[in-house]
Formats: sequence, structure tokens, C-alpha cells
Amino acid sequence: MTVWQQARLVERLRETDSAVTLVFEPEEWSGHLAGQHADIRLTADDGYQAVRSYSLAGPVEEGRVVFTVQRVLGGEVSTYLCDDLPVGAYVEVRGPVGGWFVWRGTDTRPVMLLAGGSGIVPLQAMVRQRRALGSRVPFRLLYSVRTPEDVIYADELARPEGGVDVAVRYTREAPPGARRAPRRLGLVDLNTHGWPAEFEPMCFVCGPNGFVEAAANMLITLGHDRHRIKTERFG
Amino acid sequence: MSALTPGFRGGRRTVSDRVPPGQYLTEGFPVLSAGPTPVVDTGEWSFTVVNEVGERVSWDWAAFSRLPHESPTVDIHCVTRWSKLDTTWRGVSVDTLLAEVATAADFAVVHSVDGYTANVPLQDLTDGQAWVVTGYEGAPLAAEHGGPARFLVPHLYFWKSAKWVSGITLHDEDQPGFWERAGYHDYGDPWLEQRYQSGW
Amino acid sequence: MDHFVDGNALAGSLRQVFRPDITTAEARCAGCGAVRPVADFRVYTAAPGAVARCAACGQVTLQLVQSPGALWLGMSGLSYLRFPPPGR
Repeated sequence: MTVWQQARLVERLRETDSAVTLVFEPEEWSGHLAGQHADIRLTADDGYQAVRSYSLAGPVEEGRVVFTVQRVLGGEVSTYLCDDLPVGAYVEVRGPVGGWFVWRGTDTRPVMLLAGGSGIVPLQAMVRQRRALGSRVPFRLLYSVRTPEDVIYADELARPEGGVDVAVRYTREAPPGARRAPRRLGLVDLNTHGWPAEFEPMCFVCGPNGFVEAAANMLITLGHDRHRIKTERFG
Repeated sequence: MSALTPGFRGGRRTVSDRVPPGQYLTEGFPVLSAGPTPVVDTGEWSFTVVNEVGERVSWDWAAFSRLPHESPTVDIHCVTRWSKLDTTWRGVSVDTLLAEVATAADFAVVHSVDGYTANVPLQDLTDGQAWVVTGYEGAPLAAEHGGPARFLVPHLYFWKSAKWVSGITLHDEDQPGFWERAGYHDYGDPWLEQRYQSGW
Repeated sequence: MDHFVDGNALAGSLRQVFRPDITTAEARCAGCGAVRPVADFRVYTAAPGAVARCAACGQVTLQLVQSPGALWLGMSGLSYLRFPPPGR
């Protein structure tokens, strides 16, 4: 039985203009798998409640759990979490939940991560889990994002550990001097930066609906088995 | 008991005496959808009423367009807690449609092209209480709001006002619809906050 | 673009009532017979409840309604759920 518990906000870190990393201290957290999410519940003084699901951004450390929240235009919960929730205040959390979109360190297949926008969060959780385990499973991360300013975890992505290849592709505005014109992720990007289908990688795709649909279809076009493609959409 | 979240209000607005309990006012028009938005071509659309003995009468788009139209201005109340005041629609009164059908039924089920259903007592659809509408605020009804045609029964929660409506069937007994089978109230009076099936 | 998420999104709500994680179970769609993990459903949440649909044929498989006093789970569109052995 997964129940609601109190969690105190202990730290807030700015990632981009619209994304914030929030570190919470729940009462009790026995751990979670990379890629899992948790529900956050807010309660107003008149009893009104709102629940949203957020991906956990990395392994639990010293009892603390980390979320990265992207502010959604008009989103009552994300706006409050990004802008207003004071350090030291409590929210309620329920989790971890979701046993499907997860990477387990025991799986030795190569891993291909396809992120669109804030879909990077559960995928970076997998990279961080790999690091925490000292795993040598080869990872490739392909991250599609609007502009350089929108890159979440930019410093960390710029210095990946051995065995983790990171490629960032821009859809609206590329950094100065970039050879690739800004455009949506295409087959050529997956061919260049992904694993060949013969390697039978586990593919994790996370992002907005349209991105996930397009990326998953490209993977199938490139010969990847549907059963090795796991998706997580946010509407 | 849940703890309060300091300063959290949610995306709500002030209430007025035209807003039923537990509702808040919205200026926008939230799009609720339990599935993909169907593409309904008016060339293929028809509206069909089937009575309790299986007799049916149908109107295609052209025939429906020739029926007398009305422009009701009403308040609407969604069970997800938003209410919207003074919405103006254009369409045909259900009285006009039912005038073509002999019936002694007590209940109706409203049907959509995508299989969605909602049940309503027949007496709530007559005497100028319900319409099949094809226009909203002076324009053709957008697909995301149920176009080309949706049901409008504004004195009940808005899930009864089925989008992409295709017809009404009449029945001697109440037959729960899509949401009513899954826990929502068979009647759904917003002023009585009849949101969920009773017994819980 | 239609507004839906994956079946994963149901995990939190379903954990209130089921001990195993239902999103990893394989579900057979009563409409088309496709057998896929619940996590692969398309879930529409901008509605009075959550509506899960088969990704292959679009038929409604699950309806989830949370009232203050109860959780309703409609399953008329499923012919079965098959769970992996515990510990996997």
C-alpha cells in the first residue's frame, strides 16, 4: 500500500528559466528504481487538492529525493512548485510508483535514451543510477531541446563519465557555430548518435506527446523491436 | 488529514451566487476529452432518435439545418469544478426533435459517434431544457468542443452534454452511460453537488 | 495533437488498491485482442476520470474515477491482466 506522507523542501536549485530542481526530505523513503516517479499533492486552505506526477531525478541520497519540475504554462501545481513553495515547507508525496519505465542495473543491454525537453529528467536519473552503481553498461543519450538556454543539467551533460555518450540537438535555436541547423530530431540524428538495432539496446523515450510518438516511430523504422522501446509521455 | 500547503490556492477564481457549490468560475473554455478527437464530416453526420420500440427518425446535416434554430445563453458547470457563465449556443431544441417521435419512455441515453454515452431522464430534455447545438459564440462549433454537433443540457453537469453527438435512444428504464457506469451520478444536478454515485 | 499520456501515469492511483504494480502487467484488450503492458495504454486525464485506451485499437480498457470516498475502477474493456512473477 502506497500512502501519502509529508516531505519537507530542503533545497531549490535553478536549472533553466523554466525548470527547477527540488530536493525533498520525506519521512521514510526506502529507495526507488531509476525512471520511477512519485505523486505530489498540494492542499489549499479550503481543502482543494491537486495531485501531479513527477519523475524522480536521481537515486535517493541520505533519505532525500530529488525532482526536477518544468513550469507548465497555466499549470497550477508546476507554477506553485517552481515559483512559490518555500524551502522548509511541506508537501505530500506518494511513491515511488511505476515499475515499467525503469532501468535496472542488472540489465546489461546497451541503453539508448531519447529525451525531448523536460523528458530528460527520468533519463538522467538512469544515467545517475548507472554512476551510483559503478555500472559499465554503455549508454547513449540523445537530447532534443529548443534552445541552449533550455538545456536542463547542462553542466553535468557537458562532462559525461566514460561509457556515456551525450548528444544534444536543438529544434529552435542552435548555439553559435553549430553546424546542424535547428530542426526536429530526425532519422539521421538517431543513426548518428543511437545504437544500431543489431545491438538490441533498451530504448527509453520520454518527452511531450508528439516527440515520443515521432521518436518511437523512428526507432521502429530503424529496426528496433517494439518490445525494447519504453515510452513515457507527458501530455 | 492532509497538511496545508502554504500559499497554495490552485488556479481558481472567486465565486458568485450563480456558481454552484464546489465550483469555480473560469473565463476560458477548458477542453475535456476521454479520447482522441473524432473527425466528423458534416456530409456523413446524422442525428437519429430511436424510441423504446425501435422506431427511428433521422436528420442528415442538410435536413437538420432546416429545422428551426434557437440561440440559448446558459451557464455551464463541469464536474471537474469549473463553471462558465453566459455561454451562447446555436442549435435545435430537443423538443423539436422529439416532436417527430411517439414515446412513453421515461429515460434517454445520449450517444456520440465515438461510443460515448450519457443517461438523462426524458423529462429533463423537454420544455426548452436541452438542445443539439452546432454553433458557439457566433461561430461553428469547434471539433475540440464537440463539433460539428454536441448535446447541451446545461442544468446538469456538463458530462451529460455529450460532444460529437449522433443521437438519442429512449428507454423505459435508466441505463447508465460512460461515466455513470464508472462512479458518476445518474442524474448530476450541480446545485445538489450530485457528482458521484451514492452509497460511498 | 491529442492530449494523452502513457499507462505509467496510472501507477500512483492503482497502488492505492493493488499490491502488485498493475502498470507492468500484460493486458488483453477485449476489443482487438492486443496483449500489451498496461504501461503502454494511452491515458486521457483531462476528463472527469482517467480513461485508458488500447494503443492498438483505441477501445476504452480502464476507467478510473476518484471520489472523496471511493476509487472506482471500470475494467469492461479488458479480457485479462497477467502479472509477472513477484520480484521481477
